[in-house]
Amino acid sequence: MRMRATAAIVPLLLAGCGVFLLVGSLESALFAQLTVSGLANGGIYASLAVALVLIYRATQVINFAQGALATFATYVAWQFIAWNMTYWLAFSLTLGCAFVGGIVVERVAIRPAGRRGSVLSIVIASIGVLILVEGSIPLIWGTDVRFFPSAFPARTIHVGGVAFQLQDLGTIGVSIAAVVLLWILFRFTKLGLAMRAAAFRPEAARLVGVRVGWMLSIGWGLASALGAVAGMMAAPSPSVLLQPSMMDGILIYAFAAAVLGGLESPAGAVVGGLAIGALLNLLGSYVGWVTPQLLLPAAFLLMLTVLLVKPSGLFGRTSVRRV
Amino acid sequence: MAPLLALHDVEARYGPVRALHGVSLTVGEGEVVAILGANGAGKTTTLRAVSGMVRRSGRIELAGRLLNGEGPEDVARLGVAHVPEGRGTFSELTVWENLRLGAITRRGSLDEDMRRVLSFFPWLGHRRSQQAGTLSGGEQQMLALARAMMQRPRLLMVDEPSLGLAPLVVAEIFRILRDLNEHEGTAVLLVEQNARNSLSVAHRAYVLETGRVAFSGPSEELMRHEAIRRSYLGY
Repeated sequence: MRMRATAAIVPLLLAGCGVFLLVGSLESALFAQLTVSGLANGGIYASLAVALVLIYRATQVINFAQGALATFATYVAWQFIAWNMTYWLAFSLTLGCAFVGGIVVERVAIRPAGRRGSVLSIVIASIGVLILVEGSIPLIWGTDVRFFPSAFPARTIHVGGVAFQLQDLGTIGVSIAAVVLLWILFRFTKLGLAMRAAAFRPEAARLVGVRVGWMLSIGWGLASALGAVAGMMAAPSPSVLLQPSMMDGILIYAFAAAVLGGLESPAGAVVGGLAIGALLNLLGSYVGWVTPQLLLPAAFLLMLTVLLVKPSGLFGRTSVRRV
Repeated sequence: MAPLLALHDVEARYGPVRALHGVSLTVGEGEVVAILGANGAGKTTTLRAVSGMVRRSGRIELAGRLLNGEGPEDVARLGVAHVPEGRGTFSELTVWENLRLGAITRRGSLDEDMRRVLSFFPWLGHRRSQQAGTLSGGEQQMLALARAMMQRPRLLMVDEPSLGLAPLVVAEIFRILRDLNEHEGTAVLLVEQNARNSLSVAHRAYVLETGRVAFSGPSEELMRHEAIRRSYLGY
């Protein structure tokens, strides 16, 4: 009975949030602008959160290096652009590099650590990757803060008296497109089915001929590419800028989003990311005593509350594994 | 002609514990062979050794080809479908996705295979989009067999298909195994505790005791064998 009650609460809660944002946006132009720019942040959190979920589902480990890898990819993109490539060429090349980079990280660092069969050693390996990658950035590109160009013109468009930043709309569009493409891959392709099988039941997947090792590597590659999207969308923002630590805060928000969504559910991570982005932006603007410095702690508080009250998150299933 | 599967003096160990002490057996083309024995006799380990899921020594030949450290995914690609104990059903995926996974290593259309499998399990047709975890135990066992058939195996290895199932369902599963063998000529290596059912399906059987072959022979012969009747058939 209790299960059914909570299952009904989740859609109600989400519908409530949606109605709140919609009514607010219709009532006030400022509210609408803040919602959209919050959703743009949320799209970035969502893509990074989905990357975390992909790896968590396959390895049962939070990849602490996810943010650092995204930062590194963004630097690579910056380098491509500095070599006079067009933005979208640099963007696509970076995705390719990030994909390969993710595979290399899994093969070189994560798999050898996992061979001993302990989750803890994989966590430590991912922290090692974090330190190595974040430490190598200043060696290659120096410590100066750099400006990363945006793919979208710094213009606003007016819809019914509300001024939307093109930058925000573009960020939402790109993040959602990345996640939807990934969803199509997982849901409708043979590769996606093999990857899901490998993540859920590696032994049984092997017995039907799935090369589970490769599926894991490809998962890391995809997560890394998705992180690169988040990095390239985040870097143009004046509150982020291209610097070695730029994804540290964003990783926390993404982590909160993934936890809110139940850690195993990509859809949950997307909803969690968008919700956290929009709500924190509104909170920071409307509630006087919530200064920008309090937003990160607020995300932590949310994460803690979810873990204490409903550890399976909004979309997670309370997993009952038959042995 | 070389048998489809031949084990010569196969040993297997889990860490320091030796589970098989030199097992030799063969399965011919189109043959149903049962492995009987008590808990811990090494029945499951024998199947795991063939699939490369356990560290092993000795010779294992599949259709004349020596298996030399191949992993489960390679053995599956060589035409062995292994339905493990506990069925190995992907309970998070739908019925259709489970079937699709059986043929994941093949290119091209699956219509032909789907038709073939549905002729054995018509009820799967209208349960395609149901999550496999919501099926009953017997249905999951049949789904696991159906998935194995999608692999178009030369050798089907089934581990304890009757475990935890009602007698009627068990009878149905053994009937399907026999049909599969008779109509499609698929060789079957069957591991079972239920000796009576297995011997009624199998042409030959091996009885394992503590990791060794204790008896072997044609099913009728084993059924008449005094010691086996008392230990495994219970009359």
